[in-house]
Amino acid sequence: MKFIIERFDPNQDQKPYFKEYDIELEPSDRMLLDALIRIKSIDDTLALRRSCREGICGSDAMNINGKNGLACITKIADLKEPVKLRPLPGLPIIRDLIVDMTQFFKQYNSIKPFVINHDPPPEKERLQSPEERLELDGLYECILCACCSTSCPSFWWNPDKFVGPAGLLAAYRFIADSRDQAVNERLDNLEDPYRLFRCHTIMNCVDVCPKGLNPSLAIGKIKEMLVRRGV
Amino acid sequence: MAIPVRKYDAVVVGAGGSGLRAALQLSNAGLKVAVLSKVFPTRSHTVAAQGGVGASLGNMGEDNWHWHMYDTIKGSDWLGDQDAIEFMCRTAPEAVIELEHFGMPFDRNENGTIYQRPFGGHSSNFGEKPVQRSCCAADRTGHAMLHTLYQRNVFANTQFFVEWMALDLIRDVEGNVLGVTALEMETGEMMIFHAKATLFATGGAGRIYASSTNAFINTGDGLGMAARAGIPLEDMEFWQFHPTGVAGAGVLITEGVRGEGGILLNKDGERFMERYAPTMKDLASRDVVSRAMATEIKEGRGAGPNNDYILLKLDHLGPEVINKRLPGIRETALKFANVDCTKEPIPVVPTCHYQMGGIPTNYKGEVVVPKGSNANSLVHGFYAAGECGCASIHGANRLGTNSLTDLLVMGKSSGDSMIQFIRENNTHLDLPQDAGAVSATRLARLDAQMKGENVHEVGKAMRQTMQAHCGVFRFPDMLEKGVSKIKEIAERAKSLEIKDKSKVFNTARIEALELQNLIEVAVATMISAEARKETRGAHDRADCHDRPGYVNGRDDQNWLKHTLWYKDGNRLDYKPVNLTPLTVESIAPKARTY
Repeated sequence: MKFIIERFDPNQDQKPYFKEYDIELEPSDRMLLDALIRIKSIDDTLALRRSCREGICGSDAMNINGKNGLACITKIADLKEPVKLRPLPGLPIIRDLIVDMTQFFKQYNSIKPFVINHDPPPEKERLQSPEERLELDGLYECILCACCSTSCPSFWWNPDKFVGPAGLLAAYRFIADSRDQAVNERLDNLEDPYRLFRCHTIMNCVDVCPKGLNPSLAIGKIKEMLVRRGV
Repeated sequence: MAIPVRKYDAVVVGAGGSGLRAALQLSNAGLKVAVLSKVFPTRSHTVAAQGGVGASLGNMGEDNWHWHMYDTIKGSDWLGDQDAIEFMCRTAPEAVIELEHFGMPFDRNENGTIYQRPFGGHSSNFGEKPVQRSCCAADRTGHAMLHTLYQRNVFANTQFFVEWMALDLIRDVEGNVLGVTALEMETGEMMIFHAKATLFATGGAGRIYASSTNAFINTGDGLGMAARAGIPLEDMEFWQFHPTGVAGAGVLITEGVRGEGGILLNKDGERFMERYAPTMKDLASRDVVSRAMATEIKEGRGAGPNNDYILLKLDHLGPEVINKRLPGIRETALKFANVDCTKEPIPVVPTCHYQMGGIPTNYKGEVVVPKGSNANSLVHGFYAAGECGCASIHGANRLGTNSLTDLLVMGKSSGDSMIQFIRENNTHLDLPQDAGAVSATRLARLDAQMKGENVHEVGKAMRQTMQAHCGVFRFPDMLEKGVSKIKEIAERAKSLEIKDKSKVFNTARIEALELQNLIEVAVATMISAEARKETRGAHDRADCHDRPGYVNGRDDQNWLKHTLWYKDGNRLDYKPVNLTPLTVESIAPKARTY
């Protein structure tokens, strides 16, 4: 099977180039990550991140035939040949398929990703009804793989100013948590022409999320809350 | 060239659950702490835990820590140290409550309390019937926990060194631990982290086996570093084979499936666990269930065209329960087994999952080694927690949910021990003149090696050898052969060669260094297993079975003791099991039935 992989080692290369691999797969190679590991066993200079190989750690996000996804849960059988692999778009390339995610995590940290509750903690758990807990479904499952943010044109142009879909999904995860007492502070933090409002509902984020989450919906809810608060 | 040095009060190696929990204590105490991790913290393997964290909250019915303690001791096949087990079970409820206060999105009951599900080996009233003790967030408990702990560390402003791989432990001539050397993966540069106290929270080494639920990063780095620095590894013959890894793929299907009512079937559609464990059935402890499954397969009652797997049936739970409580499993079964589990059973096999042994510690997370007549003498400045540590809470077999309980409780307790230690020993001991030389030599050799051994091939040989010679069932002749084989492979690993010589994010180099750590673990495992002439928990020897005087194949007369393996000369030593809890009566060894 043929693979075309973008390669770049800043120590040796002026700019990224494409390298072609034609490899024999084994029947046990079912996911794209299996194929990449087979390639790496032949050419150990290929650099990529990977860990859990089951779509929960978020390490092996890359651009697969033009669309962002996780190599470990992308079935080889579903891929058009030759398979073209590139690093996630919009972030600086460190080497080969490995990008510098500093900016992505900086944005995540900027939304204060932790429950803020000023009451002294009770002896037992803070109570939360099943309905209140249900509000967190579709939000807390994010694996920070960055497939969404790096498929978003608004994030490409303003990675330093626009929080991006992953960060905004996390922001809403805390806004929606019945235990959190900082909703207004969180909304203030986002009421800005760039941080939230650079989202133009292009919905690439929804299209690529390997966990089936919907950042766009969460962003819409934050916008709605800001509008209601303004009235 | 001199290796740059940075000084910290505390260095934590590993940013999974236990490392993050410890880091939180240290940061909140105002100490200067560096947390090193090979991967971004939320990519650590804690993220893959599914079914829940065990704590006797009693939200679903009566429960208490004494029952949890009994179950854990029985689960450990009496190899667990009862002081550590009492400490964990007694502290578990407050550890879970604290996590909830941190923002953990636990599932909830109608009255707003944390939802708890049944789990293997957890019982009420000392083995009477299953109890609901596993606090969960659907089937993504580890993910929710790891993210919550990371988020809390963002709040606490913990300093992370992300994508730094620790290479070697630094000790002075007296054996005091002074920190680690580490490699920045992005630049290929090495640095010394000079610390007053050092914690290893590096996780397990499940990648020594060919069939494993573990992530690629689970390469026993802390164990390799400790072993090379002369610290023994404890009880390395005890590896948990999780009953339900997806056949062929190895990915984990949580025991929570059975907790919610799923059952195991052989090819005849028989719920065979009723024969092996009449009371707990499919919720017996993992060693018992895995052994039963392997027996069914061995005796020709496995399902599938080759009769080589077991069926995990859960369609009778209905799509509503599956979608609500086990959504991740549905996804995993679809992706990795091509099965819609709301309609069909999932093909599963016992798969390597958890390392019960590790770096010997007490329940405070302090590393302890034999010295003179003291079997548990403290190693100055050295701590270990989570899967890489061995307190020993899990003994010969860990109960489901107790890994997350362990990392919360031991992470916090080791953090607290370090805070106290640093207050009492608030200076950096002098680094030896040649600090870092060992690591520099290792890296230089790897760079210079020509015509050496292929990393991929040596790794494969190791994994296949461990799988064939040291699996669910262990045979004396296979173990003996396994020892010589794994020693040969360890020899080959001394001349690993990589083609990639780049300084920048050289993953070939990382994989070679990881394999060197794995090899230490594999050798320790095989040698410890060959030596232990009994069946206990996950260590099942074909020549030691249930017979009068040897309940369940166990030989308490000769083998109620912990193994200690030293890298130097592959020497084995033993130390007694602590059967004395902290505040309650000892639970004496007896036959194990479920």
